[in-house]
Amino acid sequence: MRSPRRTGSPPGEPRRIAYLYLLPGFLVYAAFLLYPLLRSVQLSFYDWDGLTLGRWIGFANYREIVSDEGLRAAFGHALVLIVFFAVVPVCVGLVLASILNRAKVRGLPFFRTVVFLPQVVAMVVVAVAWRRVYAPDGSLNALLGALGLDSLQRGWLGDYALALPAVGFVGTWFETGLVTVLLLAGMSRISGDLYEAARLDGAGPVREFFAVTLPSVRGEIAVASTLTVIAALRTFDLVYVTTGGGPGTSTSVPSYEVYHRAFELGRVGSAAAVGVTLTVVILAISLLINWIGDREAAS
Amino acid sequence: MSRSPRLLLTAGVLATALATLAACAPGSDTSAPPPQATASSVQTDASKLGDVTLVVWDQEVRGGQAAQMEELNKAFQAKYPNIKLKRVSRSFDDLKTTLRLALSGNEPPDVVEANNGRSDMGEFVKANQLIPLDPYATAYGWDKRYPASVRQYSSYSPDGKTFGQGNLYGLPQVGEVVGVYYSKKKLAAAGVEAPKTWDEFEASLVTLKGKGEPPLVLGNLEKWPAIHVFGTVQGRTTPADSIKQLAFGQKGASWKTPENVKAAQTLTDWVTKGYFNEGFNGQDYDPAWQSFSKGKGSYLIAGTWLQADLQKAMGDDVGFMVPPGTSADAKPLATGGTGLPFAITAKSKHPEAAAAYINFITSKDAMGTLAKTGNLPVADTAAQQVTPGLQQDVFTAFGKTVEADGLVPYLDYATPTMYDTIGAALQDLLAKKATPDQFLDRLEKDYSAFAAKNG
Repeated sequence: MRSPRRTGSPPGEPRRIAYLYLLPGFLVYAAFLLYPLLRSVQLSFYDWDGLTLGRWIGFANYREIVSDEGLRAAFGHALVLIVFFAVVPVCVGLVLASILNRAKVRGLPFFRTVVFLPQVVAMVVVAVAWRRVYAPDGSLNALLGALGLDSLQRGWLGDYALALPAVGFVGTWFETGLVTVLLLAGMSRISGDLYEAARLDGAGPVREFFAVTLPSVRGEIAVASTLTVIAALRTFDLVYVTTGGGPGTSTSVPSYEVYHRAFELGRVGSAAAVGVTLTVVILAISLLINWIGDREAAS
Repeated sequence: MSRSPRLLLTAGVLATALATLAACAPGSDTSAPPPQATASSVQTDASKLGDVTLVVWDQEVRGGQAAQMEELNKAFQAKYPNIKLKRVSRSFDDLKTTLRLALSGNEPPDVVEANNGRSDMGEFVKANQLIPLDPYATAYGWDKRYPASVRQYSSYSPDGKTFGQGNLYGLPQVGEVVGVYYSKKKLAAAGVEAPKTWDEFEASLVTLKGKGEPPLVLGNLEKWPAIHVFGTVQGRTTPADSIKQLAFGQKGASWKTPENVKAAQTLTDWVTKGYFNEGFNGQDYDPAWQSFSKGKGSYLIAGTWLQADLQKAMGDDVGFMVPPGTSADAKPLATGGTGLPFAITAKSKHPEAAAAYINFITSKDAMGTLAKTGNLPVADTAAQQVTPGLQQDVFTAFGKTVEADGLVPYLDYATPTMYDTIGAALQDLLAKKATPDQFLDRLEKDYSAFAAKNG
């Protein structure tokens, strides 16, 4: 029998009972997220090879991240990848989405599917395919040859200046679809009245875009940026499959360093420190993006 | 509850959690070496070992490798039905990444194929996770079956610090040597004979390049292929002893010698003169040798592991030689080594059965099976009956090199980080981002830092 007193109280009261409901979820969350996270933080203070007893070394692993040229470069590469994974897709996505939205093209679902398709394919498969495209005898060079641009042909992934942009472009190709579909959804919610009002005021398509479309999808832009920036910073599979960090170390990224240190060099502590630093960087950038998004929305 | 006590509570919980975590150091203290068998007590008749299940981790997943393993396992099961094999096979890369975790667990496999290098076998020895096989070697006569130049590749001091000498920790099945594959048709078309000396080889590069095509095929996207090319050139300039010292990471050698500078300079010159295919740093290894088999270039500097595939694709057109020396009768010297050795884990409950299994798959009969399935057996190589042509070339080359003690180790064995260092440094050298001096500085830094720390 239910006690009559409780039926009258708001849902979730008393609090003690409410926490009980949260417990199963929290346990799963704690076991698979909080515990590994804390454990990584702990490992990052040790010099540990994964086999023998670890040795407490304080912040030495973190100092190395700052002082080690290779690691600093890896974080630099990740920042370059943000341009390719987030900035370019958002710009391209805005243009594509507003065209698709304005033109009211026939077969819109078809185009939406085509644009979104890369997202459906596993990143490893994408990487293997692009590795073939970029090969010295691959289709990109074949295309350049057919256009008579023989002087531009090269081993793209082996070129010191172009390997990182080449890897980044795969990211652009991969993320643009997601961003476009997100923005398209946002734009379809904009009331037609706004456009009509703008047109009555004599706005052209460009003015309309900046005055109506852009402010209306600010939330979607924030979401898209967050997702793609995180994808850029934690890129691993793409680099692992296409270049392995080469040529030299010109495409090494933090996630790859984590793998490399933990599993190839046997420096688990250092790997954990890189991982924790990466987590903090990702968290900070995501917060920054959301803060900017919120602040502008409020103004 | 007001805001600040809750904050305090949260902070308290977090602090407690952190303190608990900090209290227990990761890993286990494995300073005690595992108990060892003695040669006289080893039961060499596996049928008397009772019902046993052996878990075996190997990386024999490709063509002929997989075939020999299946055949040998079947024969072993038929001969010793009391020992049940549970085979887990994964690719080299997968094995490398999972083995470390598996060995530190409580129930590791009994027999594992562990990479010889310091960052794998060396680390496992240091952590007392593998047992020395010397008692079994004496009992089964492995020390007689396998020449010392082969055993050195799986020998470590008990503390895992010295590579190339000490206890025996594993036994390989196959051997490998890096040499020069050449296309007979392409050489004939250019009017070049298969070179017998290094000078003739370099002269032939000039002639072949004169015909308008880069003579050397290289795919170096993966970074390691160039290690084999550099090792081959270095073998012509640098004495074998100092290469061995450098490559085993033993104290007392130096990268900064005129001989090594000459080797690095030779490679740079080859790039300048256009002897390599365009864009080799962006070219995959596999498509590169495949393009060689389809008639691109004249020479391919690579290991004997490509023999079966190249023979299939090129037939009589392809030949193989040990990198030629200063004169036609010079002592052969080549980069090479053994396949991954099979080792026994310290936590295995059936080390005797494991040893019996390793003995079986490395026996004289097993060597015959290996040769038959297109592999290069590490022992009794010259005694094998093989088809004339490329396979014969390869068997002769390996047999001759081992006999003359001319096998020098892969350069990346030297230190746990050398694979990376030399791989990236060679890409830089070949792309002319680094001069030979800068290249050697980088290797010297890695080598001497390690030698100093390792003691």
